[in-house]
Amino acid sequence: MSRTLIILKRELSAYFATPVAYVFIVIFLLLTGVFTFHIGELYERNQADLEPFFRFHPWLYMLLIPAISMRLWSEERKAGTLELLMTLPISLVEAVIGKFLAAWCFTAIALALTFPVWVTINYLGDPDNTVILAGYLGSLLLAGGCLAIGSFISALTKNQVIAFVISFVICFAFNLSGFPLVLDMFSSWAPQAIVDVISSFSFLTHFESILKGVVDIRDIIFFGSLIAFFLYANVLAIEAKKGS
Amino acid sequence: MDNLISVKGLHKHFGNLVAVDGIDLKVQKGEVLGFLGPNGAGKSTTMKMITGFLAPTAGSVAVCQHDVANDPIAAKTRIGYLPEGAPAYGEMTPTSFLDFVADIRGLVGRGKTDAIRKAVEKINLESVMHQPIETLSKGFKRRVGLAQAILHDPQVLILDEPTDGLDPNQKHEVRTLIKEMAPEKAIVISTHILEEVNAVCSRAVIISKGRLLFSGTPAEFAAHSRYHNAVTMSVASGIAASIEKTLAVLPDVSNVESTEIDAELTRVTAIPKDNKPIVENIQNCIQQHNWKVDELFVEPGRLDEVFRTMTMEAESIGEEART
Repeated sequence: MSRTLIILKRELSAYFATPVAYVFIVIFLLLTGVFTFHIGELYERNQADLEPFFRFHPWLYMLLIPAISMRLWSEERKAGTLELLMTLPISLVEAVIGKFLAAWCFTAIALALTFPVWVTINYLGDPDNTVILAGYLGSLLLAGGCLAIGSFISALTKNQVIAFVISFVICFAFNLSGFPLVLDMFSSWAPQAIVDVISSFSFLTHFESILKGVVDIRDIIFFGSLIAFFLYANVLAIEAKKGS
Repeated sequence: MDNLISVKGLHKHFGNLVAVDGIDLKVQKGEVLGFLGPNGAGKSTTMKMITGFLAPTAGSVAVCQHDVANDPIAAKTRIGYLPEGAPAYGEMTPTSFLDFVADIRGLVGRGKTDAIRKAVEKINLESVMHQPIETLSKGFKRRVGLAQAILHDPQVLILDEPTDGLDPNQKHEVRTLIKEMAPEKAIVISTHILEEVNAVCSRAVIISKGRLLFSGTPAEFAAHSRYHNAVTMSVASGIAASIEKTLAVLPDVSNVESTEIDAELTRVTAIPKDNKPIVENIQNCIQQHNWKVDELFVEPGRLDEVFRTMTMEAESIGEEART
């Protein structure tokens, strides 16, 4: 078994060893239900698709993913187990990837447990299941992006509350970066090219294009490189902070 | 070469703070090296650099001829490390925790089962194997950390305060364990308990302000004491004063101290000039005056006194240098 997988296994079982996993899953399912059926009006729309279900995921993740990622590294640093982990014969990169994948698997489990929504829509109508599959893929990629950001932030502080709040704000900013609220802050002074770059970072834009069933390689590259970038920053942050 | 640990010119700076200021060390197979020093002296920081957790600002560490900076995995494979405070994942049980460490250490199948069983037996962990570590007593937490460190039967063991928080019986067990393992390994322990140096260490170093002040056997360490070769006797309190006076004028006796144990008994200590042996003179003196002596022994030296003198000197020198 590769060492990354060993880390993944340990981390994943750590989620389920405490109430964190169950609380998270219950809240996640509860909120997706509320958003899908009440705010998204899945029934009232009379359309056989899951757009009202997926549409709210960026906003849900912005709140819930930092709750998963906040403990990833700050807890290790605070409890001193980082020293134990880093003196075992394992590289930092393996540890960072293993922990990230564990958190990602965990959100995948939570996401998979929303299958009753998919069953319901297939019972009621005749949806395009490839579009729904694309929606799940997009949602997973989005969760991965938020997790990578959260993991990096968690490496910067021993305080989980701070990790949560800052990750929340950054995910929020990524969600909003296509909106005038964020763009107006830059458009008055920054060149148009920079404003375009910022708007291209919008989670919503990339996510919504996947939701339509168009899995564009550029959207996958966007989330993939976002994850890679923040995990790399995560490695650097641990290197810099481990002694303190 | 049996040099399992070799530390050269080790420095560590945290911003302006110099935590380790030029330490050279060699530890051979069969040695148990004790790190002594006040809190904040740089003992733990040195251990963190030997085990590859922290990168040195300057200098190098090699473990079993593998450079810790250039070949960290090879070095870490050969080290068992108990970090300060014995950190472990609190939500795990010792069973799952040791299983995890064994996996990372690359132990599989029969070898893994045997390694875990042996470590658990040596450390006496059987009774708590299925309780979450965070619910265990301080002593058991420490023992889980020790079990983790010896799991893969490493050539080099680095133990940061292995007996801290243990009761006297557990301390004795851990010291016995260290002595049992010593012939096959190079072991470094840090401790605040000076008796531990006599009990388990074959060599001691004193670290203060990030520097090595002393390196030698526990006996050599004790010989630095002004009590080395001093003679202590217990006598009736009534005659203690006259004995003190008589001893004080003996040749080679620098001064005499006395402490009253109770109303009847007083302990008188004659301190020699330049640690010369004076026990014969004193025995003659006792016979001449026909004193009734309850006990009489030659002191090897007082470790706490040497420790205090050495580290306080280093501190005052440090302060002078700063002003």
